[in-house]
Amino acid sequence: MALDRWLALVILLICLAYGYAAYFTMDALLPPIMQRSPIWPSSFPKVLAIGGILLSLSILLGLEKSPDKKDAADINLSRLHEYKVGQAVLLLGLMVAYALLLRPLGFLTSTFLFLTVGSYILGERRYVMMIVVAAIAAGTVWYLVDVVLGIFLSPFPSFLIGG
Amino acid sequence: MLEGLLTGLATAFTFTNIMMVVGGCLIGTFIGMLPGLGPMSIIAIMIPVAITIGDPSAALILLAGVYYGAVFGGSTSSILINAPGVASTVATSFDGYPLARKGQAGKALTVAAISSFAGGTIGAVLLMVFAPALASVALLFHSSEYFALMVVGLSAIAAFAGTGQVGKALLMTFLGLMMATVGEGVLFNMPRFTMGVMDLQSGFGFITLAMAMFALPEAIFLVLDPARSKTGDGSDGGKIKNLRITKDEARKITPVIGRQSLQGFFIGVLPGAGATIASFLGYAVERNIANKEEQEEFGKGSVKGIAAPESANNAACTGSFVPLLTLGIPGSGTTAILLGALIALNVSPGPRLMVDEPQIFWAVIISMYLGNLVLLILNLPLIPYIAKVLAVPRNYLIPFILFFTLMGAYIGQNNATELLLLVGFGICATLFRFADYPLAPLLIGFILGPLLENNFSRAMQLYDGVGFIWERPMTLGLLILAVVLVVLPGYRARRARLRAEGVADGD
Repeated sequence: MALDRWLALVILLICLAYGYAAYFTMDALLPPIMQRSPIWPSSFPKVLAIGGILLSLSILLGLEKSPDKKDAADINLSRLHEYKVGQAVLLLGLMVAYALLLRPLGFLTSTFLFLTVGSYILGERRYVMMIVVAAIAAGTVWYLVDVVLGIFLSPFPSFLIGG
Repeated sequence: MLEGLLTGLATAFTFTNIMMVVGGCLIGTFIGMLPGLGPMSIIAIMIPVAITIGDPSAALILLAGVYYGAVFGGSTSSILINAPGVASTVATSFDGYPLARKGQAGKALTVAAISSFAGGTIGAVLLMVFAPALASVALLFHSSEYFALMVVGLSAIAAFAGTGQVGKALLMTFLGLMMATVGEGVLFNMPRFTMGVMDLQSGFGFITLAMAMFALPEAIFLVLDPARSKTGDGSDGGKIKNLRITKDEARKITPVIGRQSLQGFFIGVLPGAGATIASFLGYAVERNIANKEEQEEFGKGSVKGIAAPESANNAACTGSFVPLLTLGIPGSGTTAILLGALIALNVSPGPRLMVDEPQIFWAVIISMYLGNLVLLILNLPLIPYIAKVLAVPRNYLIPFILFFTLMGAYIGQNNATELLLLVGFGICATLFRFADYPLAPLLIGFILGPLLENNFSRAMQLYDGVGFIWERPMTLGLLILAVVLVVLPGYRARRARLRAEGVADGD
């Protein structure tokens, strides 16, 4: 089964869960006063769920023929073995780590680490250059966002500033 | 109109707002040149900045400046290194790159800049004429017509976005609409589909979604396929010496610019069509109507081949502001993001905008003239220097792109959950791209979702049920149009297939 039909299956399951919630659980929470209104919080989702289920079924069952377009330059699953999947997965992992460490380590440290480790994963080995670029970038962005734009970004690790 | 223009002039010609135009165009050109960051991603990154400014006119001027800058930057990289940063400038590379290879990169850039300038300016004049007219008609609309109009917009977008795959595009639209119902909507004052997660109470952040749908998959593709990030070594920048064009060439491109600015504008007004279609169509039309010997030149460095897509795509960018500013309905992914930004700034675009806050509308139009002027007289001479950005090695470029997507999502919402959502959605979006699902319909559905539900609910309350669909002829007509838009491409594809198989050779 091709990837697009697998994805249609996943979307179908999501729509079923969404539809179940809309049809069977949401209305129970509705206060009596609102039940006289012609529109309920669940009305619109009910319509969406039906549409989503029908559309994902039509793709899953292959009712719509997809045109054979294969642009060699475009991204293509059949060339997956040529792609650097490892690097991409590592970088995504690095983004998750950044999300989790942003508060505990503070903006400056975590950004510095993100940029250095990121270019290391991509194959950069000029360490001095990496460190200088990352340090300048982290400092500049923090200055621009926090001082110039006035959006608070906690710069230091939480244990240093007690929160 | 004159009064409006004066209001616009007064608003746009303040020091801050002129700086916004200049700054926006420069930033847009810079980033638009890089591979992997299209106008949508750049605007999404700039939204937190724009929101911090607070003043809606200034914010919209900045974002609009970034938009033209990005389109201009995209054409520069198409010409210099045959790597269009933006889909709408792919057609520019057909003739721009061959001309640059002949050592006439400067000429190609000048033709592109003049055509963009003319396209954008003519587009702005047309916008000034058509938008108020359309808005005055739209003022007569009721919520049921709005609902129907949005349905038309969404189906047009789905019909155009997925060529031959309307089903997939529609499914994405539905997914976007479903995602929009998550959280505590303004309508009902009760949380929906949050599964008890506190951070979902306010729904998904639209900047997060925009980053996840566009910037992140593009960055992941750059990692996956190193050949995709053609960045050149920046030495091309030094070759751009002679920016002049001859009188003869100017005479050749003038009619092309005139025709394509008009055509591009009207294509841009249509929901779902936009700059990419306008530029390809403009190129094709000009090639077909050119005389025999000029036709030969197309693809080998014809100035007409650069002028056509460039004037068309800029005029279309301007045209796409018409439905956004008059109806509050975005016709493209980029204008959908602008709509999201306006909502975040507490401005509700629609026909009332021109009545209630004329200064915003007119300031945007004036800023379009200014922006085009800035691109022509400031950015064009700076191109040899800006082109140096193409020499940034990908080992540094990619971590920065990833970092900026993270920043965009974080600054908007200020919580770390948003970053995890960004990564999660980004992975989903990458899979969708692999499977040829178009992503713009999802984002547009997400942004229009609350407005759609709102108008639907109001119409339901007014008519105490779904009676408004057949009781209001205009609503019914629009909804039928929506169905036709969705069904027609599939029907025609089927006919074409059957005919190819020799089954339906009756006509």
